[in-house]
Amino acid sequence: MDLDDTPEQAAYRAQTRAWLEEHKSEAPVLRGPGALKDEAEILAARRAWQGRLAEAGLAGVTWPKEYGGQGLGPIEQVLSNQEIARAKVPGILDAIGVGMLGPTIIAHGSEEQKSRYLGPMLHGDEVWCQLFSEPAAGSDLAAVQARARLQDDGSWRLTGQKVWTTNAHFASYGLLLARTDADVPKHKGLTMFIVPMDAEGVTVRGLRQISGEAEFNEVFFDDVALDSGAVVGGVGNGWGTALTTLMFERVTIGLGSEGLGYNSARFAAAIAGDEHARRDPEVRHQLGEIASELLAVRFTGYRTLTALQKGQIPGPEAGLAKVTIVSAAIKAGDLIADVLGPDALLEDSEWAYMISFLPGLKSAGGTEEILRNTVGERVLGLPPEPRLDKGIPFSELRSKEGATV
Amino acid sequence: MNLALSDEQVFLREAARGALSRFKTLEAARAALNGEKDALPDLWAVAKEAGWPGLLIDESHGGAGLDAFDAMLVLGECGRVIAGISLLGHLPATAILNDAPGGAPLLSELASGERRAAYLPVCPPDDLVNEWSVDPAHGSERLPAPSAVSDGAGVRVSGELSFVPDAPGADLLVGVAILDGPRQPGCKPVGVAIEADATGVSVQALQRYDSTRSLGHLSLKDAPATVLDTPAEALAGAWYLAQALIAAESLGSVETALDVSVAYAKERHTFGRAIGSYQAVKHSLTEVLRQLENGRSLLYYAGWARHGGPQEFPLAASAARSVASRALDQAARTMISVHGGIGATWEHDAPLYFRRAQLSRRLLGGTALATDRVAGEVIAEADAA
Ligand SMILES: Cc1cc2nc3c(=O)[nH]c(=O)nc-3n(C[C@H](O)[C@H](O)[C@H](O)COP(=O)(O)OP(=O)(O)OC[C@H]3O[C@@H](n4cnc5c(N)ncnc54)[C@H](O)[C@@H]3O)c2cc1C
Repeated sequence: MDLDDTPEQAAYRAQTRAWLEEHKSEAPVLRGPGALKDEAEILAARRAWQGRLAEAGLAGVTWPKEYGGQGLGPIEQVLSNQEIARAKVPGILDAIGVGMLGPTIIAHGSEEQKSRYLGPMLHGDEVWCQLFSEPAAGSDLAAVQARARLQDDGSWRLTGQKVWTTNAHFASYGLLLARTDADVPKHKGLTMFIVPMDAEGVTVRGLRQISGEAEFNEVFFDDVALDSGAVVGGVGNGWGTALTTLMFERVTIGLGSEGLGYNSARFAAAIAGDEHARRDPEVRHQLGEIASELLAVRFTGYRTLTALQKGQIPGPEAGLAKVTIVSAAIKAGDLIADVLGPDALLEDSEWAYMISFLPGLKSAGGTEEILRNTVGERVLGLPPEPRLDKGIPFSELRSKEGATV
Repeated sequence: MNLALSDEQVFLREAARGALSRFKTLEAARAALNGEKDALPDLWAVAKEAGWPGLLIDESHGGAGLDAFDAMLVLGECGRVIAGISLLGHLPATAILNDAPGGAPLLSELASGERRAAYLPVCPPDDLVNEWSVDPAHGSERLPAPSAVSDGAGVRVSGELSFVPDAPGADLLVGVAILDGPRQPGCKPVGVAIEADATGVSVQALQRYDSTRSLGHLSLKDAPATVLDTPAEALAGAWYLAQALIAAESLGSVETALDVSVAYAKERHTFGRAIGSYQAVKHSLTEVLRQLENGRSLLYYAGWARHGGPQEFPLAASAARSVASRALDQAARTMISVHGGIGATWEHDAPLYFRRAQLSRRLLGGTALATDRVAGEVIAEADAA
């Protein structure tokens, strides 16, 4: 049992650190003095920085070399992330693309798709978004209604609506789950598509969140034409393809919490600055519990890495780490606001932003209830709940739903 | 990076499980609670046979030369079946001696288990209690550590220690006393070893709520002691080792409580469905799993830190203790409620885990002290950054 780098890993870390040392002055400043203010400027700077990280081999570390990656393991990706955090520079802009959607295309996409899309995605030239959730399909993702119809010439026409789509307002492409056959049970009639966000008939509208910022969107598709090459992973195989994305989402969230800034050091620093609070037994008790849970998640991450290194795929139990991170961070925000008082809630305070963001994060990437269902069934082997949608063609489900209430 | 168990560690764990499975420890625990005399099996004999008393003693002194994580694996197995086996007291005591060059003569008999030691739990100073302190017999105020005065070659130790794990029947008492203290200028902690049958030593055996946990109130009045040249960090380290061990033991109990509850949730049906299909039941069981997994991760942290990152050992062990104690309370309560009425009956195993949980949480400084230590450590880190 050890946490040490192997000689190869140490060399990789040293090389990464040296590159960051030399180039960190080129990184965009997002917080504090000299921070960029203009949205468009920030976006351009972050894209360019992602490009620099990709060229240096610090992004897409696990991607195969032929698509611009380094062909290395998840450990090296984590080492790279750790060094980026240590250098106090921003990471990549398109974590959803590079962390989840790119790997899905690598796993299920055609050769043409890989060679066309992966390079620009990795370098931040084309940002991607995940077009999965809909107004009537979130937890129950297989209930998507966005409809793609096959045309005589082999192309497709897409109509429908997606929602909560992070980054859609500046994305070039989206990976979209659509229904292609409504006469089979709902998991069967799905297909994954690549959709150009500038195609005719695509409309993106920003949705503001609790913080007031608009980081996600609703996206409308009105008879959008897609050619036959837009299908990823085969017609009717959309559910399996989506599960791959969701698996990478778990890994990204499970290993990326430190990157989100939800760590004990940051929260402790906020408390340590208050002479009274740092000696208050009740505050200390809460801080101790929060810090213990976040330290646990750090080591759960190391356990996940050990498993990945042995070629094992992380199971759904990684979802429990997400539950811990979000609930510990919510408690931390609460505690810090108790200690700092209403100033913690100044609109431009980092704590106000965090406090506003977390209730939504509880839903993002699978709600706590859904994660607990999955873990209960797949890890503990508990029986599933009876469901009313099994084996029934999707087209008949809606009338059935009405009948049960 | 490698947090996987080695083959030897897997073997150690399996061997412990096998050895303990020869005894009906849960039935014995209930019989002991019923007041039956000598109901508990003599598990020290099992420990001796397996070589556990010497786990943390160097091979050159007859021990196995293993580290905290290995000891935690064994304690986890003891916790699974609520086996009272005296290792919680013995192992930290041997760690103090093993780290003292002058402790060597005492080690071989402790390594073989011919003699048994008990650790005198003395907590290192923290932000809120600025001195070495011990658990009180009553109430919540922490009391000063025993004091030592020089007496020729050795020292004489005086003080009271309460709820000392595994003190009754121990041959040797090993811990920390404050030389020329406490609360005197220039006083400093030293490691001490005291023969249990020496003059001035009295041990009052106690039982509280959990029949498998052997405890003692210890009174030392000018008891002659050997001074050990254990480095100060290792004296503090023994406290954190004890925290890590009780954490591991607690998580072992969580494993069984969860397994038994999950099995019952699959077979018990109400309203035509297995109760495990109800989200209220399913989610409460996943909450136990969540806390168990968090605790396990922190055991790895503590196991690594004792030698891999000693400056983090106080944080790691205290965090493990904090999470594991809460996990066991949660697991025992969930076990009772998932079983419905039967879970609250004397004949069921759930109350044994519940009793274990309630007492364990209050020993060795209690969970609250460990949680406060975590806060103190992360605040100190923030100050340094
Ligand atoms: C900040 C943020 C960013 C997001 N980004 C994206 C994105 O980029 N792309 C994308 O596709 N989606 C995105 N999402 C959407 C997210 O995946 C969904 O919000 C989530 O899956 C929940 O779906 P829903 O909103 O439809 O809620 P619902 O599924 O309607 O759930 C409502 C409530 O019912 C509960 N519930 C539902 N079913 C069950 C059940 N079986 N058992 C118990 N409780 C149940 C849920 O837990 C929840 O509390 C984002 C969401 C947020 C908040």
